Amino acid sequence: MIEAHGLVKRYGSTMAVNDLSFSIRPGMVTGFLGPNGAGKTTTMRMILGLDAPTQGSVTVGGRSYRDLPAPMREVGALLDAKALHGGRRARDHLLCLARSNGIPRSRVDEVLRIVGLEDVARRRAKGLSLGMGQRLGIASALLGDPAVLIFDEPVNGLDPDGIHWVRTLLRAQAAEGRTVLVSSHLMSEMALTADHLLVIGKGRLIADTSVDEFTRSSSQQSVHVRSPQAAELAARCREAGATVRAGSTSRAAAAPAAGPDAGTGPDVIEITGMDSAEVGKLAAAHGIVLFELIPVKASLEEAFMELTRDSVEYQAAGVPR
Amino acid sequence: MIAPAGPDHRADFRAATFGDVLRSEWTKLRSVRSTFWALTVTVVLGIGLGAAISAATAHSYAKLSVSGKLSWDPTGVSTSGLAIASLAIAVLGVLCISSEYSSGMISTSLIAVPKRGRVLAAKSLVFAVVTFVVGEVTSFAAFFVGQALISGHAPHAALGDPGVARAVVGAGLVLTALAVLSVAAGTLLRHPAAAIAAMIAVLFVLPGIAQALPDSWRNPVTEFWPTQAGSQLTNVYHSAHTLQPWPGFGVMCLFVAIVYAIAWTLLDRRDA
Repeated sequence: MIEAHGLVKRYGSTMAVNDLSFSIRPGMVTGFLGPNGAGKTTTMRMILGLDAPTQGSVTVGGRSYRDLPAPMREVGALLDAKALHGGRRARDHLLCLARSNGIPRSRVDEVLRIVGLEDVARRRAKGLSLGMGQRLGIASALLGDPAVLIFDEPVNGLDPDGIHWVRTLLRAQAAEGRTVLVSSHLMSEMALTADHLLVIGKGRLIADTSVDEFTRSSSQQSVHVRSPQAAELAARCREAGATVRAGSTSRAAAAPAAGPDAGTGPDVIEITGMDSAEVGKLAAAHGIVLFELIPVKASLEEAFMELTRDSVEYQAAGVPR
Repeated sequence: MIAPAGPDHRADFRAATFGDVLRSEWTKLRSVRSTFWALTVTVVLGIGLGAAISAATAHSYAKLSVSGKLSWDPTGVSTSGLAIASLAIAVLGVLCISSEYSSGMISTSLIAVPKRGRVLAAKSLVFAVVTFVVGEVTSFAAFFVGQALISGHAPHAALGDPGVARAVVGAGLVLTALAVLSVAAGTLLRHPAAAIAAMIAVLFVLPGIAQALPDSWRNPVTEFWPTQAGSQLTNVYHSAHTLQPWPGFGVMCLFVAIVYAIAWTLLDRRDA
């Protein structure tokens, strides 16, 4: 359980984190989502006691991080997998960390086995590949067998195999009843990993919701149509109560079925408020020729972009003049 | 511990202690190669330079003036290599914390041990003990090698002579104080290059500049400049305008304590 109350971090005149309150519950993966520079890492650093909040407070299991008697046994964190001494052997790196919290040496070998690094345990850290480095970082987070796990962009730079491995690991840890907070700037990744979402943009909390609800509430069903009689179809659809606008490139590109030649221009329209079957029947009833009829479901990615774009606009409008 | 244990069955859960942090810092120090090399350089330079200086000065002893012969200090001469070797200790001390800042390891360390004072205390203590052991070994070895080279050419010293044992042990103690100072400087400045430059300034540059100043300025500097004052502990013969051995070392320790306190405070308050 991680709880933040009115967390603020200001660097000079920049608000990195602006009045953030949330509580992260155990037993599920919470995705911490936001564009680069939204304040995700800063928030995590405040949770972990590395940076002091300008205002507000954050606790882990009811205590401030600095007051935890055995931090690694309660919280396992990976902020930056490259944040280690390159000249130290992988196993020694873990041993240094284990020692600091009185974790037995046998556990070091155990986590090396869990992350599949036994074979390179004696290699110096700078000789590890990006993926191995990431696994070493995850191993260090698991050392204390903690109830809370915090990962900052853990899949960055991993190959598909590695990404799948991290995803499975996070889900398994949450299923065991742990609190798992994982940040990402990739909505698509969170859609597969997380149960719950905290979305931030420009340091502000935009959404605190389940992944399902997030998709449902923000995804708009629309129909992409290309027709030589687009104007006529648009008029008929409006009569039927739908909203019609000129087709946008982004929608066409986002529609999986729309090929590279999915046209935009005067003959392309986008209809919301009717599904593709209704549009098709309407066109047939009026003898309108259709070249393309594609149901478009806004992806989580787009919903996220939509949300964070709003937050940017909100910020700009909020500047006092 | 059996993996994967759920959060509820973590059997051997206990609070982390300062002893744990000490063991961690010891593991850190011994698991990087720079430690081995810096300590090797300390020993080799300390003994080798001491031997070279001892042999050279002993051979020219006969040509010394009367005042030169009166201030002849075979003990100080034989351990004078340690003053140069101290640079290796200063660099290692600075690196053992500032390399954590340059690599980002400091975040990992402070997440593991959020009570930051413990990290600094453990780092300093471990490095001080290692330096003390290496320093004393080097100092005694340099003394015996030096005296062997001096004897026959100039008056030499024996451990039983007044002040000699204190001076030889003192060379290791001064090196130890310097070790703590360099860890504090590394913590304070965080950038390896800046902290090493600061240590060189304190050790060599500023005392060197003082030599070019008029007496009225130079004398208080040579008397009270921390490293100059501390080095009195390593001499048997004391020239004018220098502190007595233990008060001199006291001045050095006071300076180290002040820098350490500032480093401690900043480490605790600054964002890591």
